[in-house]
Amino acid sequence: MRDLYGRFGPWLATVFLSLVFIWLAGMVLAPNLMMIDYALRPNLPPAAIGGPDDSYSLDNILYLAGEPTHRAIFLKTIWASALVALVTFLVCYPVAYWMAQHATTGQLSLALLLIIIPFFINEVLRTLAWFIILAYRGPLNAVLTNLGLIDAPIRWQGDGGVLAAMVYAYILFMLLPIYNAIESLEKAQIEAARDLGASSWRIHTRVVIPHAKAGIATGFVFTFMLAAGSYVAPALLGSPGSRWFTEIIYNWFFEGGDWNRGAAYALVLLVLCLAVVLITLRIARVNLADVAK
Amino acid sequence: MSHSVELAQIGMTFGTTRAVSDVSFKVEQGEFFSILGPSGCGKTTILRMIAGFTEPTEGRVLIGGRDMKGLGPNQRPTAMIFQSLALFPLMPVWENIAFGLEARGVGKAERRRKADELLRLIALEGYGDRMPGELSGGQRQRVAIARALAVEPGVLLLDEPLSALDLKLRQHMRAELRALQKRTGVTFIYITHDQSEALAMSDRVAVMSAGLLQQVATPRELYDNPATAFVARFVGETNAISGRISDVQDGRARIDTALGILTGRAGQGARTGAQGTIYIRPEALMPGDPVNALDARIERVDFEGAFALVHGRFADGAALAASVPSTRLAEAPAPGAETRFGFAPEHAVVLGDA
Repeated sequence: MRDLYGRFGPWLATVFLSLVFIWLAGMVLAPNLMMIDYALRPNLPPAAIGGPDDSYSLDNILYLAGEPTHRAIFLKTIWASALVALVTFLVCYPVAYWMAQHATTGQLSLALLLIIIPFFINEVLRTLAWFIILAYRGPLNAVLTNLGLIDAPIRWQGDGGVLAAMVYAYILFMLLPIYNAIESLEKAQIEAARDLGASSWRIHTRVVIPHAKAGIATGFVFTFMLAAGSYVAPALLGSPGSRWFTEIIYNWFFEGGDWNRGAAYALVLLVLCLAVVLITLRIARVNLADVAK
Repeated sequence: MSHSVELAQIGMTFGTTRAVSDVSFKVEQGEFFSILGPSGCGKTTILRMIAGFTEPTEGRVLIGGRDMKGLGPNQRPTAMIFQSLALFPLMPVWENIAFGLEARGVGKAERRRKADELLRLIALEGYGDRMPGELSGGQRQRVAIARALAVEPGVLLLDEPLSALDLKLRQHMRAELRALQKRTGVTFIYITHDQSEALAMSDRVAVMSAGLLQQVATPRELYDNPATAFVARFVGETNAISGRISDVQDGRARIDTALGILTGRAGQGARTGAQGTIYIRPEALMPGDPVNALDARIERVDFEGAFALVHGRFADGAALAASVPSTRLAEAPAPGAETRFGFAPEHAVVLGDA
């Protein structure tokens, strides 16, 4: 803070600090406090707001605990998001390793370009692309049928479709932190491990992955949070059997007209995401400041 | 099983760059063998070919008589000590040392026992649970050696492992490496650009320049009987005076130079009538010696303790370097003086110019 004043003088520094404060207060703190306020109040007709029934209670949150379908969807969203993070990791790790340790400068630029280009396109459109690819009479089924790999088209939409679209959508958030982490690993360490007789598996589990732990944890956290809060992919590619918790929240707000219950559901999701993130970081012994880097 | 290392006409080409060409030599079991050369001479490439990190584009590498072609670094009886040491920073010291055993499926208790044993060998008992980052440079150095020795290699490959240490520690580690090699009987192949390191530690030294092998010899032979001009100039200091060889007889060669007629031992390529160069070591040049007289003007005398380095110019302007023992410093010429130096013929060598 003193540094800021020293560098920019009292006027400019005060302006900067006020802007940050306004941002935090107006864009982060206020909406969240309002959401908590909504979550704790009952849904009342306008006339009754402020009346004797308008008191704080945990009813909206307890409703979720008592409603088996919502509860199941909630739990499923949590583990499915973890699964998305895991699959994204499995897809990204080999690519990141290759890019960081083996690729030539030219290959690296090309790979980065190919990976980043799709992200120039809006997320909804990218998901729509998967909608088309995975359609019942779409290209994937056509190719597989023509190759003779399947006899009849498969209904990809549902859990599989949602997983595929999310993994695809979040690749960058997993790939880049892992790439950064592996890139800083000295090549001689990998060579030393090989020279001492280690198999590729052992080199990765004992040398590369421990070194890249912070990057991997960062990728997991990003991907998990994005997946848990995702709406487009499950809405477009899901089936009635693969509903996502965000869809329920949406329904409370815009179809059920019960903002209070919607807010309560959103609050539960937020708290749970936070818990998962903190636990992950704890396990990987990484702190939030490292993730921010 | 014997662990001699033989290189048979190996060559290595990276793209259009010829890193190593037609190098052959044999390192005997239990030998301390150094490869000496300036950076970029191909010595590290040779080491990596012996270790199995790169396959030579020509020729063969044989260890214990067995062709190593197609065998990866984890399948060869070699262990390498990297220039950066490449200790695993996230593993405690004992796990570092036992990593090779872990890779061979040795149980944890046995690994720990073996690691402690090696820690005793390198005089770091009780350091097993520290992290590598908590050790000093010399200690990390020793851990890297222990880690390589843990897999009981037949051949230990060392890639300038002392270059990161300060002078005192480096000299200490030289003696320690040498002792360790004698005690374990492992074949050492040591890469260095530091000629005093190579001369002090090795049984034999291979000198390389620009991908070509110059000479393989004992340190003494290398110093006294350089086979090529490169070796004469690279190993130790030397005064080089060129001329025309006028007579070769009984192992002596006479060379007519602009500074007079000089006589030295006849070396490689010394033929009557050929162009040649006489190489005279600084310690061979004595002020006042009447044999092989050379006139020079003294420019500077650097006192170094045991001896003084005398810098000057010969009559034709070429630089002169002579080292005079401190005990004879009283006779040493003063800067600015014209002095006559001389040297005994057996302390100089005449080589034909290639």
